[in-house]
Amino acid sequence: MGGATETFYSVIRRQGMTRRSFHKFCSLTAASLGLGPLAASSIANALETKPRLPVIWLHGLECTCCSESFIRSAHPLIKDALLSMISLDYDDTIMAAAGLQAEAILEETRAKYRGRYVLAVEGNPPLNEGGMFCIDGGKPFVEKLRSMAEESMAIIAWGTCASWGCVQAAKPNPTGAAPIDKVITNKPIMKVPGCPPIAEVMSGLVTFITTFGELPELDRQGRPSMFYSERIHDKCYRRSHFDAGQFVEEWDDKYARKGYCLYKMGCKGPTTYNACSALRWNGGVSFPIQSGHGCFGCSEDGFWDKGSFYDRLTTIKQFGIEENADQIGMAAAGVVGLTVAAHAAVTAVKRLTHKPDRAAHKSKPS
Amino acid sequence: MFGNDMLDRARKLFAAVDAKPTERSIGIAISYAPVRLWHWVNAAAILMLSLTGYVIGTGTPAMSGEASGNFLFGYIRFAHFSAGYVLSIGFLLRIYWALIGTAHAMQIFWVPLWRKCFWREVYHEIRRYAFLTVEPERRVGPNRLAQLAMFFMFTQTITFMVVTGFALYGQGAGTDSWQYKLFGWVFSISPNSQDVHTWHHLGLWVIVTFALVHIYAVVREDSCRAGASLL
Repeated sequence: MGGATETFYSVIRRQGMTRRSFHKFCSLTAASLGLGPLAASSIANALETKPRLPVIWLHGLECTCCSESFIRSAHPLIKDALLSMISLDYDDTIMAAAGLQAEAILEETRAKYRGRYVLAVEGNPPLNEGGMFCIDGGKPFVEKLRSMAEESMAIIAWGTCASWGCVQAAKPNPTGAAPIDKVITNKPIMKVPGCPPIAEVMSGLVTFITTFGELPELDRQGRPSMFYSERIHDKCYRRSHFDAGQFVEEWDDKYARKGYCLYKMGCKGPTTYNACSALRWNGGVSFPIQSGHGCFGCSEDGFWDKGSFYDRLTTIKQFGIEENADQIGMAAAGVVGLTVAAHAAVTAVKRLTHKPDRAAHKSKPS
Repeated sequence: MFGNDMLDRARKLFAAVDAKPTERSIGIAISYAPVRLWHWVNAAAILMLSLTGYVIGTGTPAMSGEASGNFLFGYIRFAHFSAGYVLSIGFLLRIYWALIGTAHAMQIFWVPLWRKCFWREVYHEIRRYAFLTVEPERRVGPNRLAQLAMFFMFTQTITFMVVTGFALYGQGAGTDSWQYKLFGWVFSISPNSQDVHTWHHLGLWVIVTFALVHIYAVVREDSCRAGASLL
């Protein structure tokens, strides 16, 4: 665990990284966080002088895609630097320790860095049957999560699992999988949704928190504004085709080959807050829409329960039937239209048959 | 004080709305003029919003040529947003007129559901539409059944559409826009705006259904009753 005055810089140097590389890392991080030109030096200063902030990385019900994404951060420096920072403490997927030795690290961090460590949670706890659907270290994961959250400074909810519930919380959700903020309510939680989140987003946020010792500015949903304040649609390179009214109609039509907008193919870009269209994936190589497929909306709440990924109008389940707004609306309008027509017919018949009555009424002063 | 005056006035208006129907109404035409003007501006806006809204939901057939040479979907969305502003401002003015105008102007915002006489009049209107009686209860302004439909299908739906519409508009305008600041709370209730799109779209069909019934009832009333004006 090292001494109490250990800094990130000393850890990084011990990993064999040069000072030049360290400064490159600082400037890259400042740039990816969208901070000003002076931020690089303040990051460097903080990493050199501030005591290292331990990060505990827990895994609940998940598929490890967040970890997989994280270790593929575009710049190897970021990966190396952050992994050296994090794996020193606890991440059961990539750390060397195992069994009782690994569990001892948790207790030690909890006691030694009371209120000064960051808890990163990948996946979520199932709550049904006392949490028995996810056993970690011989105990239900939800207990481990609660006890580690208790003494933490802040919590990072990695991915859509921890943020919103994701596929394991899909209806009817037999395990009772619930997002972190349903279980932990008394700690600041930063949601980093996405299935998985973008590697650079993850590494950038870890650097921000470990450097400044606080969570970045969060939006209404608890997501960091710096990466989640714009929709895929807002920075989509196919946006001009959207505005022009040029849409792909079929997956193999000529419009698909021309790279038109995938709106009609059910692309969820217009309703999805994420940084894919700006940062892209795999070191900035591509992102789903660039590869010719619409956005799933994987960073949005409930994306797994909204029916087909390929429909613009998603199904409405509240009616007990799986119909979209147009089908329900047209059916309702149709029924009402027929009723109106029938009523009009009866009115006409009544008027024809009750002529004398009407005359009688008219003669009365009213 | 102005505030007290307004409250007093509002109380009197509410009382007038609740009161038994009367044949004596002075200056109906004059007090109704702004409401009629609003009605037709509103109707035009709704027609525009419905047509463009439906196309926005389904997408247009592909335009040929370069993206730089076309702006069809952009124009459609522009028309939708402009009509949305017209409708919203009109709706605000309508609320203002309800507060300063006659009791009839208040009817679509104030439904005395807790009054026995209200339900008696509703019952009467139901009987009238079921061809069990001929005479309408009220001669001036919408009848009680119409008032119910107005309040629950029109006033509520339009309020919902304005709120969700501006919330969705705020997403495009950005999180620092006034639209998002004022209406962004919608996404605290429904975090995935996909749902807001869906419900906003369903709202279109509530309005269409309302318009069907509304137009039928008005045409029927007009043909059955001497002296009633379509306008």
